[in-house]
Amino acid sequence: MTTKSLGNPFDGDQSLIHAKTCGCPECKPGQEAPSVSLNLQQSPGQDAAVSESAMDSEAMMDRAIESAVVRSVFGHNDHSRRSFMKMMGAGTAAALLGSVFPMEKAKAAVKESLGKLEKTKLNVGFVPITCATPIIMAHPMGFYERYGLDVTVTKTAGWAVARDKSLAGEYDASHMLTPMPLAMTMGAGSTPEPFIMPAVENINGQAIVLHVDHKDKRDPKQWKGFKFGVPFEYSMHNFLLRYYLAENGIDPDKDVQIRVVPPPEMVANLRAGNLDGYLSPDPFNQRAVWEKVGFIHMLTKDIWEGHPCCAFACSQQFATQNPNTYGALLRAIIDATQYSNNPDNRKEISEAIAPKNYLNQPVPVIQQVLTGYYADGLGEVKNVPDRIDFDPFPWHSMGVWILTQMKRWGYIEGDVDYKAIAEQVYLAGETGKLMEEMGYTAPDKTYKTHTIMGKTFDPESPEEYARSFAIGRV
Amino acid sequence: MASLNVRAALLSVSFLILALGLWEMATQPPEAQTGMTEYEMLMGGADQESRVPPPSAVIKLAWAELSNPFYDAGANDKGIGIQLAYSVYRVLTGYLAAMAIALPVGFLIGMSPLMYKALNPYIQVLRPISPLAWMPLALFIIQDSDASAIFVIFICSIWPMLLNTAFGVANVREDWVNVARTHELSPIKTALTVILPAAAPTILTGMRISIGIAWLVIVAAEMLVGGTGIGYYVWNEWNNLDLASVIFSILMIGVVGMLLDLALGKAQKLVEYKE
Repeated sequence: MTTKSLGNPFDGDQSLIHAKTCGCPECKPGQEAPSVSLNLQQSPGQDAAVSESAMDSEAMMDRAIESAVVRSVFGHNDHSRRSFMKMMGAGTAAALLGSVFPMEKAKAAVKESLGKLEKTKLNVGFVPITCATPIIMAHPMGFYERYGLDVTVTKTAGWAVARDKSLAGEYDASHMLTPMPLAMTMGAGSTPEPFIMPAVENINGQAIVLHVDHKDKRDPKQWKGFKFGVPFEYSMHNFLLRYYLAENGIDPDKDVQIRVVPPPEMVANLRAGNLDGYLSPDPFNQRAVWEKVGFIHMLTKDIWEGHPCCAFACSQQFATQNPNTYGALLRAIIDATQYSNNPDNRKEISEAIAPKNYLNQPVPVIQQVLTGYYADGLGEVKNVPDRIDFDPFPWHSMGVWILTQMKRWGYIEGDVDYKAIAEQVYLAGETGKLMEEMGYTAPDKTYKTHTIMGKTFDPESPEEYARSFAIGRV
Repeated sequence: MASLNVRAALLSVSFLILALGLWEMATQPPEAQTGMTEYEMLMGGADQESRVPPPSAVIKLAWAELSNPFYDAGANDKGIGIQLAYSVYRVLTGYLAAMAIALPVGFLIGMSPLMYKALNPYIQVLRPISPLAWMPLALFIIQDSDASAIFVIFICSIWPMLLNTAFGVANVREDWVNVARTHELSPIKTALTVILPAAAPTILTGMRISIGIAWLVIVAAEMLVGGTGIGYYVWNEWNNLDLASVIFSILMIGVVGMLLDLALGKAQKLVEYKE
């Protein structure tokens, strides 16, 4: 972040405008800015001698407020400010200004409105899969600390436990599957408790894996009688697998068996012949290839390009009781997600999250997942850079789609107010605002149409969509 | 007599060497290839699917783990010593809580046929429930995963202690109680000086069964809730499909279980008596 505009406003040698012709020390090329601490020692507005590079956020805030006040006094005429400061000397000017304007109070007031963190020690849960990358890497790479948070990221044995620990308040926030906060809010599969999902973790990033024995059965029509694994009922894995099967004429409830299997058990079950295939999060798809027991039949991005997968969620109660902490945590997550989004950072991230403390997986496996340069188990090396991608924006239309599938397969019944629930749980508006504030670009709408296996989903008519399928339970 | 012991020990050791030798030979890793194609590198380099690790790999890992058992590298990566300590702590907490309830209640129903008949149906229904079946309910009610794990230990260790205490107390020889009565001892004094010592071996048997079950259950419970403990350790290594670590932790679970049993075995010896 550039702090050039936060020059000491009491220094007559410094420009606050930094125009093209600016001759202040900072703008002179190849010249180190002199330490501003010399001037600051007598200045009543500063209690710490800070050099530009080491300015912490608190000092930066102080400086921004001083600048604003000084600028307002001089009506944004930097020239007259500079000549005035030179004439008076910085210390005198500051003291003079301080006598007519309550500088300290102004600073305190501004900081107050930004808010003190109600809580700095937080517990955040994650399930050890690559979808959790932003939540995990924010820890070793210092994104939480940047926002003053001391976060313990705790490895969780499965989605049901992540749900229960979140409901119990043991986790302040947690890695979840995108359908989970919707289901939890509606009380599907648990007691109803309002949860919110301010950020999506990853998009894409799953795959359908089959046992190596089925190399010649690449047509889903040959899959009758297969046993499939998914990690959780309320998961994109379940809904995408069902969608894919049904589009190929296989009734997921009658023609095949879909079992809930925790991700780490999937590879072992595949090897034992207990499962014929699974749609699971990575690294367990790549791990099956690495263990030579399975091959990647298709990536889920080929079912729905850019589909949401995992999420960052917390209870509404946590967010309302600790608004500032929640804001800081969300900022850290958005930053980490954007950082993960950059393909250049993926190798470095792979190494940061592979150790025992986090994913506990071989680095080459993680790297193949995150870089999308991978062996598919069929003898080919593929290069799919967006095999997994990271995008925090929680589209309301994605929430509506998930609800249509929950309705389609009978997980929820009766009249569903699709948009109301999606808008209550997926905080697309707030997240968008925050992203803009942080200097990222956010979409200016929260609904859009999605194309899934060639069929268009229009969020404006969800009920018709849920009923439009040949195979379904409505 | 000594020669028998020596011969048995020799035989034990040679069994071990034989078994390890066979295991080592059966699980030789495939030769590392040179000049691999890129595809083969991405596949992990070996030409066959991964296999059970040879004992040498397990021993190497055990050495590495045991030479630094108490390291702490963050919330999800702690040394084997710390993990075992967590598990033992949970087992002992749940176990002591169970003892505090099982022993007095067992005493009560052992001394009173009426209470025995009244409580027996509940005990019979609750006793066969698998401890882990309580876990979801415990998590929901207690709202704390650590306390839930302890509760599961409590609920599984209570029944053997309760029933054995009741049985031991109920079967104290009638003559001894009558003698106490002729000495006009108060009921409490009778319970403490006559019945308790007489029933102690049976009570200790119940306690020994309980600690065995508790140690069996804690591993499964910790695999379920995660966090810390030897069960979490196994789960974490399973996550990585790292069989060498899994085998090592199985051995550690066995060793600690044996030590717990030995401790109670010694306690049992202390209260034994000859009629």
